[in-house]
Amino acid sequence: MTTVTAPRFARTGSLLRVRELGIGVAILVVFGITTFTNPAFASANSVQQLLTGAALIALLGVGETMVVVTRNVDLSVGSVVGFSAYLVGDLFAHHPGLPVPLGFLIGIAIGAAIGAINGIVTTVSRVPSLVVTLAMLYIVRGIDGMVVNGHTIDPDKIPTALTAVGYRTLVGIPWLAVIVALVVVVAGYAMRSFRASRDLYAIGSNPEAATLAGIPAGRRVFTAFTLSGALAGLAGVLFLALHAQIDVTGGTGYELTVISAVVVGGVAIFGGSGTVLGAALGALLLNTINQALVAARISAFWDEAIAGALLLATIAFDRWLSLRMARSLRSAEGAHRDV
Amino acid sequence: MTSDMTTRTPLPPDAATAEKRSPLRALVRWESALVLVLIATLIFGSATSDHFLQVTNVFYIGLNMGEIAIMALPLMLIIITAEIDLSVASMMGLSGAVLGALFSAGWSVWAAMGVALLVGLAGGALNGLLVTRLKLPSIAVTIGTLALFRGIAEIVLAPRTVTGFPLSLTNIGAVPIQGTEIAWSTLIFLVLAVIAGVVLHATPLGRAIVATGWQPEAAQFSGIRVNRLKFWLFVLSGVLCAFAGILFTLKNASVSYDAGTGLELNVVAIVLFGGVSIFGGKGSVIGVVLSVVVVGCLQQVLTQLNVAPEIQNIVIGGLLLISVIIPNGREALRRIRARARRSSNSTQRKALG
Repeated sequence: MTTVTAPRFARTGSLLRVRELGIGVAILVVFGITTFTNPAFASANSVQQLLTGAALIALLGVGETMVVVTRNVDLSVGSVVGFSAYLVGDLFAHHPGLPVPLGFLIGIAIGAAIGAINGIVTTVSRVPSLVVTLAMLYIVRGIDGMVVNGHTIDPDKIPTALTAVGYRTLVGIPWLAVIVALVVVVAGYAMRSFRASRDLYAIGSNPEAATLAGIPAGRRVFTAFTLSGALAGLAGVLFLALHAQIDVTGGTGYELTVISAVVVGGVAIFGGSGTVLGAALGALLLNTINQALVAARISAFWDEAIAGALLLATIAFDRWLSLRMARSLRSAEGAHRDV
Repeated sequence: MTSDMTTRTPLPPDAATAEKRSPLRALVRWESALVLVLIATLIFGSATSDHFLQVTNVFYIGLNMGEIAIMALPLMLIIITAEIDLSVASMMGLSGAVLGALFSAGWSVWAAMGVALLVGLAGGALNGLLVTRLKLPSIAVTIGTLALFRGIAEIVLAPRTVTGFPLSLTNIGAVPIQGTEIAWSTLIFLVLAVIAGVVLHATPLGRAIVATGWQPEAAQFSGIRVNRLKFWLFVLSGVLCAFAGILFTLKNASVSYDAGTGLELNVVAIVLFGGVSIFGGKGSVIGVVLSVVVVGCLQQVLTQLNVAPEIQNIVIGGLLLISVIIPNGREALRRIRARARRSSNSTQRKALG
C-alpha cells in the first residue's frame, strides 16, 4: 500500500509545504517584470522602501497568524498600533530623557494588556472573537481619541535614537526590516517546534478534539491574543519610529490589510494551518505589487482593486489545492482497500 | 462565515420545556433589554438636553442612520445563515462612484442610477458565486471584494468629486417627506424592515434562512436549497447596498470614491448589537430595528452634549461587548454551577463508598 500512496502524498505534501516558496517566487516575478520595465525599481533605495513599507504589516501578520490558526481573529490590531504609538510618543514628548528601549517595552506592554483583555473575554465568556475584537477596535480607538484630544506629536518631540530606527540601515537593510525579520525567525521557530504552539494548530483544526486530548485550549488562545496584542504594541512604537509623527488616525484600517496579508500568505482563515513566514511574505508581496504599480506608472488608483483581486485569487487557489489533496487522500484510501 | 467553524450541539432537551415553565423568561429576551436601553437613552437625553425630545431630531437621526440601517437588513439575513458580508460599505461607495462617473459623463441621472443598481447586483452575485460555488469562506471572500469594490470605485472616479445632481433629487436626501419630520431614507428603511420582518418570521423562506444558519446540513437534507438561498441573499445585499450608495450620494449632493469607507464595521456592529448571533440561526428584525434606533438616539444625545466622536466610539464598542457578554455570561455561570454540582456529587459518592 505504501508503495502506491507514498509518491502521491509526497507530491501534494510538498506542494503545500512550499507555499512560502510560491509566494517568494511571486514576489520575484513581480520584482523582475517591474525591474525590466523600470530598472530604477531594483535600486537599493527602492528595495529598502519595499522592505520598510511591508515591515509593519508583516509584524502584525505574525501576531494575527497566531490568533487565526486557533480559529479566531483579531480585528483590534489597527487600533492598538495607533494607541501604543500615541502613548509612547506622548511619553517621549513629556519626558525627553526617557531611554528609547523603555519606550519599546512600554509600547509592547500596552499592546499585551489590550491583547490580554481580548483573550480573557474571548475564552472566559466564550464570545466569538470577531465580535470581541470588533468592539475593542472601537473602544481602543475611542480611548485613543480621548487621550489624543486633537493633538499631533511632532517629529521634534520624538528622540532621534527612535526615528533612526525608521530610516537607518544595517549593511543596507533597513533596521525596521531587521527587527521584523528577527521576530519572524523567532516566532517561526517557536510555532514550528514548541509544544504550546503546536497546540494552537490542534485547537484550530478541531477545538473539541483538542480539549479532549487535554490541551488547555483557553489558556493557549489567551496567550495567542496576548502575543498578537504585544506585537501590535511593538508595531505601534515602530510606526512612531517610521513616521516620526502621530495623531488619532495612526493605524486606522490596518486590521483588514493584515488579514489580507495573512490569507495571501497561506494561513487558513478557519484555523489549523499556516506559518508566520507565509504571513510575512504575504505582506511583502502585497507591498511589492503596490510599489510595482507605482514604478510601472500605473495609476495608484489601481492598487486596491488589484490587492482585492489578488486576495480572491489566492483563496480560490487554496481551495483548489485542498480539493486536490482531498481527492488524492481519497484515492489513497481506495488503493488501501484494493490491497 | 462560520458554517464549518462551529460545531452545533443540539438544543438541550429541556430547553423548550424550560421556556414553558417560566413565562417570565420569554420577557428577558435581548429585544426587551434593547427597549430598556432605549428608554434609558431617551430619559437621559431629555434630562440633559432641552433639544433632544424635538420632532426634528427624528429627521436628523433618520438622516444619520438611513444608509447604515438599510445595509443592516440584508446583512442580518446573511449573518443568520452563518455567513458574513464585509463588502457592504465598499459596494455603497462603488455604487456612488458609478453614479457620479456616469452622471458627469453626461448620462441622465436615472440611467446612471439604474447602472449603479446593476453594479450592485453583479457585485453581490460575485460574492454569492465565490461563497456558494467555490465554497470559499465568506469572511475572506468579502474582505477581498471589500478591497476590490473600493478599488474599482477608485479607478472609475478618483480623484474627482462629482457634484451638480438635480436639486429635485438631492432634496430626497436633505429634506423630510412633506408634512412630516421623517427622512425619505427612514421611510424606505421602515418599509424594507417590515418586508424583512414578514419574510423572516412568517414565511417558509424565513424559516429556511434560520434553518440554514442553525444546521446547514440538516437544512440541505430537509429540501432547502442552501446554496441558492445564500447566493440570492448576497445578491440582495449587493443591490440594497448599491441603493444605499445612491441615497448617500443624494444626501451629500456630491460623491467621491471614498464615500463611506470603514462603515462595514458599523453595520456589522449594529446587526450584532441587535441580538443576531454571529454563529447564525438566531436573530430578529425587531432586534435590528431597535438596535438602529438605540444607536441613532445615543449618537444624537452624545452629539448634542458635545461629546467627542471618540467617546461615542467607546459607548458603541462597549454596548457591543456587553451585548455578547451578558447572554454568554449566563451560560458560563450555568456551566460553572453544573461543574460544581458534578464535583460535589462525586465527593459525596466517594464519601458514601
